[in-house]
Amino acid sequence: MHIAEGFLPPLHAAAWTAAAVPFVAHGVREIKRTTATHPESKLLLGAVGAYSFVLSAIKLPSVTGSSSHPTGTGEGAILFRPPVMAALGSVVLLFQALLLAHGGLTTLGANIMSMAVAGPWAGYGVYRLLRFAPWSVAIFCAVAVADLATYVMTSTQLALAFPDPQGGFLASWERFLGLFALTQIPLAIVEGLVGVLLMNALRSWAGPELRGLGFGADRGEEPELGIPGTEVDGDEVEEARHA
Amino acid sequence: MRRAIINLSLLAAAVAIFVVALLLGGQRGDFGGTDSSATGSIEAIDPGYRPWFQPLWQQPGGEVESGLFALQAALGAGVVGFALGSFRERRRARAAADADA
Repeated sequence: MHIAEGFLPPLHAAAWTAAAVPFVAHGVREIKRTTATHPESKLLLGAVGAYSFVLSAIKLPSVTGSSSHPTGTGEGAILFRPPVMAALGSVVLLFQALLLAHGGLTTLGANIMSMAVAGPWAGYGVYRLLRFAPWSVAIFCAVAVADLATYVMTSTQLALAFPDPQGGFLASWERFLGLFALTQIPLAIVEGLVGVLLMNALRSWAGPELRGLGFGADRGEEPELGIPGTEVDGDEVEEARHA
Repeated sequence: MRRAIINLSLLAAAVAIFVVALLLGGQRGDFGGTDSSATGSIEAIDPGYRPWFQPLWQQPGGEVESGLFALQAALGAGVVGFALGSFRERRRARAAADADA
């Protein structure tokens, strides 16, 4: 989804940058607030940021014969709410723009709006909508949608900047969606599966942090009493005794 | 035990999709990045468009680029691994303390 440096006309580049600034500023404030009210969640915050850092470095092949990379923003959006990911995602994108010539400074605003704003919000929305679904289904769908929505947003940005001379915005949108979104579908599924895996690990090991952040509270799981699946197993206690 | 089976099947499903994508996609293209195909599409829609800004720094050659990508993945994976390891050990220590109490 990285729109390459200089590949958005100046007016579009400026408009997307202006749109992204408040999201990033709000995100930075939210990080400060979260780490002040939940100091114990700093390590978890680092982990979700680093997770997005890894996933956006990996290019995966797709059935369409092209390759593309996952975004890794859905997990953080679920745990810390989307504004936090606006700030963390911007760090990832800035790193790639400066050191990897991937994306760019002029297109940074547009890329932030797709990967760090649209994706996390879409994923978080799905997670909240699926409140009554089994939580692993909700996580899978949220993470996959966060990935896919990022690319839908990029396609929209490109179609707005480069409408087809004959068919206009719609023809161009279809073209970019065919390029990005189709390729992304299998990758989004893979990311969803791996996302559930990560959350499984966090639920069994980082229960106190998740409870502190209110994870599971909206799903009728009493956060004070523990999230189902995070109880200590008998064999794990045995294991710990011998260690 | 049940959790381990679920986690293993999640991993297996992810790997299976990867392999299927590699096999099916190999007949359709050479796995070029969608980011660069997008710039190709822009040139097709608007042949007169010229990028008006160049990257400040371009890595000298593909080897340096893939090295930096590997570095990015390694840094991220290192932090994720450290965090998960810390959480796990803390929980084991607590479980042991509870068991002794």
